[in-house]
Amino acid sequence: MSSMKEQERQKIAFTVNDVSYELEVGDQFNQVAPSHTLAHTLRETLGLTGTKVGCDQGACGSCTVIMDGEPVLSCMILTVECDGRYIVTIEGLQDRRTGRLDPLQQAFIDNTAFQCGFCTPGMIMAAKSLLEKNPFPDEQDVKEALAGHYCRCISHYHVVEAVLEAAKKGR
Amino acid sequence: MSKDYRFIGKRTPRKDALEIVTGKATYIGDITKSELLYGKVLRSPYPHARIKDIDTAKAEAVPGVAAVLTHKNVPDWRTGMPRHVPVLDRKARFVGDAVAIIAAETEEIAIEALDLIDVEYEKLPAVYDVEEAMEPDAPQLHDDFPGNLVDGFPVFGPKTLSEVVVGDVEKGFEEADIISEGTYGYESIANPLPIEPPGVIARWEDEHRLTVWSGTQSASWHRFIMQSKMGYPDIRAIDTQCGGSFGSKNYAPLPLFYAAALAKATGRPVKVCFTKEEHLGAFVLRPGSRFRGKIGIKRDGTVTAVSGVWFVDTGAFSDMTQGQVAVGCGEAQLMLRCPNWDLRTRLVCTNRSASGVVRGFGGQELESALNPILTMALEKASLDPVQFFKKNYVKPGDGYIWREGNYWVSRGTDYSETMDKGAEAFGWKEKWKGWLKPTAINGARRTGVGVGVHGNADVGEDESEAYVRLNPDATATIYVSVSESGMGQRSSLCKMAAEVLQLPLERTHVTPADTMVNPFDFGLVGSRGTYAVGSAVIKAAEDARHKLLDLAAPKLEAAPEDLETMDGMIYLKERPEEGISWSRAMGIMQTCMGFGRFEPDYSVPNFLIQFVEVEVDTETGRVDLRRVVSATDVGQIIDPPSLEGQLHGALGSAGIDTALFEESIWDRTTGHMLNINMIDYKWRTFLDLPQFENVILETPLPTHRFKAIGVGEIATSPGPGAVRMAVSNALGKRVSEYPLTPDKILKALGKMGRGKTE
Repeated sequence: MSSMKEQERQKIAFTVNDVSYELEVGDQFNQVAPSHTLAHTLRETLGLTGTKVGCDQGACGSCTVIMDGEPVLSCMILTVECDGRYIVTIEGLQDRRTGRLDPLQQAFIDNTAFQCGFCTPGMIMAAKSLLEKNPFPDEQDVKEALAGHYCRCISHYHVVEAVLEAAKKGR
Repeated sequence: MSKDYRFIGKRTPRKDALEIVTGKATYIGDITKSELLYGKVLRSPYPHARIKDIDTAKAEAVPGVAAVLTHKNVPDWRTGMPRHVPVLDRKARFVGDAVAIIAAETEEIAIEALDLIDVEYEKLPAVYDVEEAMEPDAPQLHDDFPGNLVDGFPVFGPKTLSEVVVGDVEKGFEEADIISEGTYGYESIANPLPIEPPGVIARWEDEHRLTVWSGTQSASWHRFIMQSKMGYPDIRAIDTQCGGSFGSKNYAPLPLFYAAALAKATGRPVKVCFTKEEHLGAFVLRPGSRFRGKIGIKRDGTVTAVSGVWFVDTGAFSDMTQGQVAVGCGEAQLMLRCPNWDLRTRLVCTNRSASGVVRGFGGQELESALNPILTMALEKASLDPVQFFKKNYVKPGDGYIWREGNYWVSRGTDYSETMDKGAEAFGWKEKWKGWLKPTAINGARRTGVGVGVHGNADVGEDESEAYVRLNPDATATIYVSVSESGMGQRSSLCKMAAEVLQLPLERTHVTPADTMVNPFDFGLVGSRGTYAVGSAVIKAAEDARHKLLDLAAPKLEAAPEDLETMDGMIYLKERPEEGISWSRAMGIMQTCMGFGRFEPDYSVPNFLIQFVEVEVDTETGRVDLRRVVSATDVGQIIDPPSLEGQLHGALGSAGIDTALFEESIWDRTTGHMLNINMIDYKWRTFLDLPQFENVILETPLPTHRFKAIGVGEIATSPGPGAVRMAVSNALGKRVSEYPLTPDKILKALGKMGRGKTE
């Protein structure tokens, strides 16, 4: 019999899009394995498939979510490291009751700032984090914030326009 | 030029925009099925090996493993052209070739079990060079292909193009003032590398009926092409949103084989999604291309003869590479107006991951390899390349033998104006200082400019069928088997139907790409979406509209031709205020269905000219792409932002950067790919974006109601040759190897080892 304390330690709690989760750590189907990445847990355990996994190698940026205000690669973070964290994913941006989109989402629509759309959630999350820290970015700031994001269709030019437009409208 | 359209040519939001920006768009990795199993692949560590023995007992014993399959117990299905690639074979032909497949309750269990399969390999010598592979004593990859030469396969019918032999080349070379010759390669063998790796879910509904979900580009291929490879099961193919393709995910024959074989063995649905490593090392690469031959021209730029052998390296097997050979042979004729050709081809297997369908489809490969020979001739004649292309790009009335072997005469447009407008936007006249002359020198930095052209007559390729159903609630449903892999074509088809029906875009929808629901469409290849698929949808919408007006005519006591419909109302043209609704015309419990069909037409080639400016640092060897200007004529823009995106795509999908830094690198002692991750496989970031300008002309073309053609595919193709030309001009020395990484620049400058310059 493991002690009470050990059992407690085998749970991790975090918040995703204002919903609190408490997950058990273990090797069973319904548990978080120590090897599970945050991207895996979001997608496979919580069903939040808006976060995309392009490379699973920390190189393409598509799995970017915001954790405690910082854009992070959710494929490079183990879920067991996320105890006490506050996470926002692409599903957390739209107001579900009113349907109102985040200005960035609207700007991506207005500028058709995507082609296949697979990299879009990651780009929007990185841009969201940028605008929270720097509401007045210039073109170079936007490019630097998105430098780690792979878009093979080449929607970069429209993405930069969309982020600058969202920043302008948000002022 | 008609500009009074309501939707055509206007900036409208993509129909799937909301789903994409909210994360609701559903890709193959996002879907699951009841009782789903996960499939994983054991891959060979050797480039060429016979499997002497394979023991799966330990893997089968792992709890949660549902099936382990090897060459001994897989179904007898074969892909490739001709059919030479079984699901699993007793031989491995590249590092990463599939040896066994496992289905398990979770991916983790499947991966764990892979490690427990014992394979005894007999290592065989391997060959990596296209010409070495043809030598008599070279290792042989396939018993069916002596000399590693892949048999001709009539992919486009009995006369499929595998050579261009017309006129008299001897006479042509006698007439030439300048003959340029040599052997050059375009052998970056880069990866189109969409962000999303390929994935398939397969489920057998009964012994004969197979459902396949996949994130692919052309749903029909998983039914109509795969049926013929699997003994004709009744395949229902459903496409999810596709995370980029660029040709490579037109279909996914091997992932489909693995999923379907494991699903058959287990009686459960199986999902096979490749990892990025598998995507880089065991999916679709560009073909390798080497050209040995010569070109003869007159001083005025008239091309008198082209002859030579085009060596096409397809890697471990050929799946559609014959198609690329055929289209490449066709596209060379579009670029070079010449009466005398003796262009032969050799399609060769080597011990690396196979080539397959990639944007640029043969033409990019052939023209990039031909480019050094062509430009040497122009250099000797001191001809401005823009003037040369204006003289030699196919004009209305000019003919060419297209991929299926028939002679076609262009009904298209003269693209000279496009070239002029592009040159003007770029400032070509000011920047072009002549061959091997830099545009500017600033200390160690030298600027050079280059230009390339490309065109394709496949914009009207293959058949399309569509239904348009008008509903009594004043909505329209387009039934067409078109997937969304980034072109925005599903939206653009809505715009075409909405324009015909004068219905708000929000009331016009397309069915999911599902072969059970929709009539036949070949898929979005060769920029055929606008003309070929568009024609079928327009005809179906027109047919439905006629039927609707026929239904309304008696109720309005008028002749159908005197009626008009707009926003779901039908009225007499002269009395728009007294209309009846669609529901009154057709009845609230009925619909009105139209049908449209498109037959292939190869007589309207598209075109793109691309100007580039590079800056070369002669101390570090680094080349920066500073500026790109692309010019094209599309007849009529359908959706401006989608078109711009497609043209910007020149920088992605193994396009322009295959001349600068994109390549697959193999260790030729072990056969292992060295840059098999997205850090070491180089790609352009936001910080490296050049200035990019698109010049888009709209000269009405003889296609359909909206006079438009597609151009997206070819955006990548002129770039590699243009960059090679620009770097040579900047350096004042010919460089001819792709990609032009710093080591090659420094070698050319004599600053490092021996360089390959002339």
